[in-house]
Amino acid sequence: MPDLLLELRSEEIPARMQRRAAEDLKKLVTDALVERGFLYEGAKAFATPRRLALHIAGLPARGEAVREERRGPRVGAPEAAVQGFLKSAGLSSLDQATTVTDPKKGEFYLAVIERPGRETLDVLAEILPGIIKSFPWPKSMRWGAASAQPGSLRWVRPLQSIVATFGPETETPEVVPFSVDGITAGTVTSGHRFLAPEPFEVRRFDDYVQALERADVILDADRRKDIILHDARDLAFARGLDLVEDEGLLEEVAGLVERPVVLMGSFEERFLEIPAEAIRATIRANQKCFVLRQSGSEELAPAFLLVSNLVASDGGAAITAGNERVVRARLSDAKFFWETDKATKLEDRLPKLDTIVFHEKLGTQGERVARIAALAKEIAPLVGANPALAERAARLAKADLVTEMVGEFPELQGLMGRKYAALQGEPESVAAAIEEHYKPVGPSDRVPTDPVSIAVALADKLDTLAGFWSIDEKPTGSKDPFALRRAALGVIRAVIERSLRLPLASLLKGRFAGGGDERTADLLAFFADRLKVYLRDQGARHDLIDAVFALPGQDDLLLVVRRVEALGAFLSTDDGRNLLAGYKRAANILRIEEKKDGRAYDETPDAALAASGDPEERVLAEALAAARHEASAAVTAEDFAGAMRALSRLRAPVDAFFEKVTVNADDPALRKNRLLLLNALRAATREVADFSRIEG
Amino acid sequence: MPSDADLSPTRSFQGLILTLQRFWAAKGCVILQPYDMEVGAGTFHPATTLRALGPKPWKAAYVQPSRRPKDGRYGENPNRLQHYYQFQVILKPNPPNLQELYLASLEAIGVDLKLHDIRFVEDDWESPTLGAWGLGWECWCDGMEVSQFTYFQQVAGFECAPVAGELTYGLERLAMYVQGVENVYDLNFNGGEGDEKVTYGDVFLQAEQEYSRHNFEAADTAMLFRHFADAEKACRLYLEAGAPESEGARHRIVQPAYDQCIKASHVFNLLDARGVISVTERQSYILRVRELAKACGAAWLKTEAGGHSSDQAAAA
Repeated sequence: MPDLLLELRSEEIPARMQRRAAEDLKKLVTDALVERGFLYEGAKAFATPRRLALHIAGLPARGEAVREERRGPRVGAPEAAVQGFLKSAGLSSLDQATTVTDPKKGEFYLAVIERPGRETLDVLAEILPGIIKSFPWPKSMRWGAASAQPGSLRWVRPLQSIVATFGPETETPEVVPFSVDGITAGTVTSGHRFLAPEPFEVRRFDDYVQALERADVILDADRRKDIILHDARDLAFARGLDLVEDEGLLEEVAGLVERPVVLMGSFEERFLEIPAEAIRATIRANQKCFVLRQSGSEELAPAFLLVSNLVASDGGAAITAGNERVVRARLSDAKFFWETDKATKLEDRLPKLDTIVFHEKLGTQGERVARIAALAKEIAPLVGANPALAERAARLAKADLVTEMVGEFPELQGLMGRKYAALQGEPESVAAAIEEHYKPVGPSDRVPTDPVSIAVALADKLDTLAGFWSIDEKPTGSKDPFALRRAALGVIRAVIERSLRLPLASLLKGRFAGGGDERTADLLAFFADRLKVYLRDQGARHDLIDAVFALPGQDDLLLVVRRVEALGAFLSTDDGRNLLAGYKRAANILRIEEKKDGRAYDETPDAALAASGDPEERVLAEALAAARHEASAAVTAEDFAGAMRALSRLRAPVDAFFEKVTVNADDPALRKNRLLLLNALRAATREVADFSRIEG
Repeated sequence: MPSDADLSPTRSFQGLILTLQRFWAAKGCVILQPYDMEVGAGTFHPATTLRALGPKPWKAAYVQPSRRPKDGRYGENPNRLQHYYQFQVILKPNPPNLQELYLASLEAIGVDLKLHDIRFVEDDWESPTLGAWGLGWECWCDGMEVSQFTYFQQVAGFECAPVAGELTYGLERLAMYVQGVENVYDLNFNGGEGDEKVTYGDVFLQAEQEYSRHNFEAADTAMLFRHFADAEKACRLYLEAGAPESEGARHRIVQPAYDQCIKASHVFNLLDARGVISVTERQSYILRVRELAKACGAAWLKTEAGGHSSDQAAAA
């Protein structure tokens, strides 16, 4: 079966776009083929800095023939109908049609139209130009003389040549005949920009890959990554060092070279005074180089690995020397930042925060810090932290934003603050909180353990949430520019993972610019939503969460979670399931009767009347009073399992009541009291949750 | 007296400039002199900003002193300057082999492409003040950024048709590289040795100290605010005065108006360096300059050099 080889060679494609572009190319071409009925055996796409390539194996040489039968008019039909049939079926006379006999309608004409399958080559020539012209690059451009006209070809960078061949393994493949904006598909490409720039001809995928390798181009990004990783490890090992592995950097670097050559450079020991994270950040971000550790140690080594795109005639000496000079200059800058920063105490930086706007409507960073400090002090006793330390940590938490180092490497925020705090003799928990108050940053990040860190982390997140709620900047749909969902999830995880009791409503109230109660309720509803998402991810039932949140005053997330857990456990027992069924039955009857009578049955039942009725009625009345009392007491004591146990004792009396007692008794007083008993059941269950929200 | 060898690009700063000028002159560029106004980058030169607009082909190369008031370091930083030189090349439309031409220019100034690792690393260029953007790369030589390479897509808010290719060489960095010098002030400026040698520091160190003091401490901000307002007003006034007299006629006063846009931009940079523009105001100043640039670009497209055909003008 024939194969397709497609190569789109251009000027340097941004590293971050290459992998996605290769996948898009594969999908667009294979989808277009499948849509036209062309199936294939396998497809693989590749990218280097200067080319996208696609190999589709096992395509048919032509599409399948199509046979179509078209029914015509009756034999002997008027001439006009016969002519219309001949025209639509593409026949010149009735000799080309056959006749068929239908038992009901008699004899009529039938045309059999046979269309041969289309040549795959032609179909490819039809598909490819459109895919190239509307390729989904994240950013694309026009270029050259052609760009004087509107509608000229757009590509990520100028497209230089197209190779497109199609044919079976045993024969010379054919060129797919098409051109796009003056670039005609052919068989000629070229290799590495510096090592093998001469053009050469390719026929099909196998010889294409080999010819590229001879021309110093490794087509497969994963192979380039493997080569870099292995060479880097070997080079490090030979010097008694360990590579600090970095998948993101590896992926990027593999997209910057067609022929990776790993080289080792070094820098002066004196730069190791700079915090390791800052060394790594500058060498990674600015130079796209890997850092190294002393073997078996956490200490950085004064060396780095660079990945060049050239097999240099001097073995890479000049390239290494050049990179070392740049790294040295960068580290000199970092060292200067580090030393300059150390000369100023963190608290002396605070006035600068007053000049930086946090958000147009939420004031300066300085104002924000004051709010967070006050809130951290208030939260501290609730989480077992020293209020003075929490306030101190909060006051210093954002000071590193105006240091030189964080100005240069924003990703070091927090970490640098911690270093500077430790250097100026702050207590360890204050220094740690400066770094950790940003945590948890993502779902895989850990929640801090130190109470001071927790107090500041909660204060920071709650202040952010309350602030953006005040100005109605809430997340909508997929838009959450201020990462408010993440902030809420951070609060939820801290509360649950560290078992914290936090009265959110009272903490939040008074922190809104206006309409405090309404906004508090709205923000609590947001927390409930986020908690639902969180618990659902942990496998909890969302209806149980709804059932608990439906009760008033549910602003203590930890208690909500415990109650949901106890409720889940209860409902998985026989007692729980039966009680739920009994509740539903009671609620249904009440709903119908209340509607019929146009009144609510919400008073306390008459115990004496119940006692004089059926025995089941009396037993239920007593059980309800006891269970409600016991459940309420248990809830107050936060013993949710105990509350569930209390409810479980209702199962037998409820079952017996429904079995033996007729609710709609003829005696109106009896009927009313029985309805009130059902309402008492509803009320008793409400001590633990709103059972009406529970499914099943 | 200096010999030809002293003017080799690897031995003197001026040799580097002369070599690039000769190289691009041989490729058909007009070799212009720096624009006689303070600008933040070679792109501001009307030979780039205005000439990038409209259909007419254009090839030019020139050195442009560039002022970045905020980058002043009182002469104490080995590679940051508030005044430095850019070598600017603009080719419209970009020739298909612009990357090869660029690499050949590196060879011309002494970079051996068999020894050095040249890389084109993604860098999307945008100038909010000029309402311009383009796609291209930072060009790295052994890990050091030595040039910017941009295909202009839009200038002054107008689509470039055709697209121009712009190359910007950071001359001091490049010279430090080819001379093997770690501190910009140690660059050999004239190629002389011994008593004959003039360094970059001899020429510019005192100026860096004085201008840093001026930019950060002394610049008269009340005057600068006035100058900004005056330049903005003058720009609009000149555009108004030169506006086409009838439908389809040419605009007659674009370049003097654009000078005022350049002036406003530099005054804004000075005010910014003095720290008297708040974060929120900053954006609005940038927008005001952009509005001027857009108005000048629109007017330029109504001039002859901007491609406004004489038929249209005659018909009017």
